[in-house]
Parts: sequence; structure tokens; C-alpha cells
Amino acid sequence: MSLPKFTYVAPASLDEAVTLAADLGDKCVFIAGGTDILVAMKDRVITPEWVIDLKGIPGMDELSYIPGEGLKVGALAKLRAIETSEIVLEKYLAVADAAHSMACRQIRAKGTMAGNLCNASPCADMTPILLALNASVKTFRKHPECGRTIPLQDFFIGLKKTALTRDEIVTQIEIPEPGPRECAAYVKHTFRKAMDIGIVGAAAWLKMDGETCVDCRIALGGAGPTAIRAYGAEALLVGQRLTGALIDEVGVRAAECCSPRRDVGPRRYHRVHPEYRKDMIRVFTVRSIRRALERRGI
Amino acid sequence: MRIIRMKLNDEQIEALVQENCTLLDFLRNQLGATGTKKGCEEGECGACTVLINGVPMNSCLMLAVEADGQEITTIEGIARNGELSPLQKAFIEKWGLQCGFCTPGMIMSATALLKENPSPTEFEIREAIAGNLCRCTGYAKIVEAISAAADAIKEA
Repeated sequence: MSLPKFTYVAPASLDEAVTLAADLGDKCVFIAGGTDILVAMKDRVITPEWVIDLKGIPGMDELSYIPGEGLKVGALAKLRAIETSEIVLEKYLAVADAAHSMACRQIRAKGTMAGNLCNASPCADMTPILLALNASVKTFRKHPECGRTIPLQDFFIGLKKTALTRDEIVTQIEIPEPGPRECAAYVKHTFRKAMDIGIVGAAAWLKMDGETCVDCRIALGGAGPTAIRAYGAEALLVGQRLTGALIDEVGVRAAECCSPRRDVGPRRYHRVHPEYRKDMIRVFTVRSIRRALERRGI
Repeated sequence: MRIIRMKLNDEQIEALVQENCTLLDFLRNQLGATGTKKGCEEGECGACTVLINGVPMNSCLMLAVEADGQEITTIEGIARNGELSPLQKAFIEKWGLQCGFCTPGMIMSATALLKENPSPTEFEIREAIAGNLCRCTGYAKIVEAISAAADAIKEA
């Protein structure tokens, strides 16, 4: 499996990168870690004439936490740096869990959170938890206005498609500060313990007042062409005292919210029937809520 | 074509590479360093694991041009002055290999693990080699070998 021929460029600044991309249009692809892109290129799923490597752009690999604001994850921060960061483990344990659940050390040492989002796979592990935590994506482009902030729920517009324009680069992912009565969890269903892409993934974020849920977000991966928020399931929880029966009902509703696809593409052999996915959405939604509550100590 | 410079097993090298050449193919085909194995070529099997600045990565998912300016360690750089490393010795003593194809990658992952964590638990060892597949399924002996090497390094 050789790589198709391409020209490699490693711009030294964001400005240079977007200028190049604006000129090249759909002949180019950006890479950060490149762990998804290079495989897609080997499979000839994409055959770009130019590969623009963003790794040389300084200052984009930082992880910073600003009290009251939250966590800012630089687009070049490695998944391994995220899952082992003390501040992430302390304040965003579910994010660390999701990063840790991906692939293996070798891949996590190269792959990035931003790359996982931009790849826009419906089963991407970072997506559900970041949706549940109400994250947003900060971008850079020349026009208009040197970039924008895109709420993550508006970021995915279709299977493997994002709202990014051709000459727009994700520079940072912003995750709001978790409040004192909030809890969150990400759980994923795989057939193997490691090195496996999730069949489904479920993330829950809950804001509690005693045993009553005052606000929540439930996000699902593997549930359709893009990761989704299960609004119908969330509506069942808000304002309610959480009981086992209610949580089970939320799982059923979450499964009704999703429309899993039939697998397409070169790797369909190891995937599953949409009906099975739907049922696993039910099971794993329940587990994500329970895990989040356990974390809070209920 | 591009010129790249890197430190490979403590030796500074310079080479002209094709832009679409992976680090794995560069090592094996251009330098003849065939200790690093070519398995799945898509980041699943870990046979091609090398250390980039001390961190294990799959050389099949890295372009040779991406390795420009980096420090690379391959299995060829693990033995020192003809003497095997404690990990290599332990793999032999504990029968931590059968066909041997996954072994270079296993050694690279385990070398990085023991440097970062000199006393790993069995779970930590298994997690560190989760990205290294052994088709002979000889994991129990591999885990034993890594654990024995950790002990040997502490005693030394």
C-alpha cells in the first residue's frame, strides 16, 4: 500500500497555510497528526495533489486551562498529551477517557483532537463528549474576519463533512468550565478492549440539584451520518428526579432519536447492522448517564 | 524529492526522499534497516513501531519528510556496543517471541514504557503494548518478559 504521489508543504504560519489552501482549493488536504488522512490516501479514498502539514506552525500544540473560562485545546495537541494532562484528568475526566479509548499509544502520540473532529467520522470518539460538554471550535481563515468560533453542534454537516471552508483551519477547541453540580461521562461499545473503532459511543452531561436533573446533554456517535445530540432523550430528563426506570426510558428514546446508517466504504466488513447499533445506543446511553452519576457520587 | 536530516540511532544522517515515502519504507528500502517490520501498513499492528524523540509511533503512518529534524530510534539502535538491552535479553530468556515478527515493535513500545514507568503493573504493560499485535498470540510470555526486564533494570 503505497501512498499516491503528492507535493508536501509545511507552512510556518497559519497565514501561509490558508493562503496556500485558498489557491489550491480541493487539490489539497491539511494534516495535523495525519493518522486518518494517510490511511485514507493509501486506500485511495482521497488522492490530494498537495498535502499541507500544519505541524510546523508554532504555538498550536498547547493545552491551557483558564479558571472561569475552561479548557483550550490547541489544534496540534496530541491525544496522548490530552489524556495524560493533569488538568484534564482533574476537571475533564470524561474527555481524558474518550481520548484514552482511542486506538493505541502510538496513534495517540501522533493524532490530535482537532484532527479527530475534522475527519468527521460518525464514530469519532472525541465528538460525543465534546458535544455533551458544549465545546466549540475556533478557526482561522483570511476572510471574513480572520476566522470564527463554531459551536460543535453546528460543525458537522454530513458524513465526513464539516462546516469548514476550504481555506479554513481549526486552531483550537474550547471546552467550557465545568460547574460544581455537573457531571459527565463517555462510554463506547467495541468488540475488543483496545485498537477498535466504536460501534456506538454515548456521552452524557448532567447538571444536578440533589437527585433532580436541572439540565443535560446527551450526544451519540455511530447514530447516523454525523454524531448527534439526542434532544428528545434530554427532554425526558430535565426537571425530573432521576430513577432507574426514567434512565431506562431515556435510553429507549435516545435509540429512537438516531438513524444509524448501513456501513459503506472499504472497511465495512467489521461493522454491524443498523438495528444492532440502535439497540446499543439504548444500552450505552443508559450506561453513560449512570457513569456520569457515579462520578458525582450518587 | 526533498532532503531530510535526522538523527537515526545516534547517527546524524541526510537523505533525499520521495515526498510520498513513509518513514517505514524509507528505513527499510532506502537505508536497508529492515529490523523495523512492515505488517498492516495502516496503523493497526504496531510491527513498524519506532521511537520518535523517545515516543513510540507507527512508522507506516508517518511520512519520511515528517521525520525531518527528529531523533529516531529503531530496533537496530537498542543494543549497545554489541550487547543486547535488558529487554532484548528478557524476551529471549522468557520466550517472549515465537515467529518474531512483532518483536521489534514490542521491544520499541516496551523500551518507551520502562523509561517512563520503571515499575509497570501487568495492566500497564498490556496497555502499553495494546497497539502491538502478536499473531502467534504469545502475549503472556511477552508480558512476562517485559516485567522481568523491569526487575532486571532495577537490580542493575
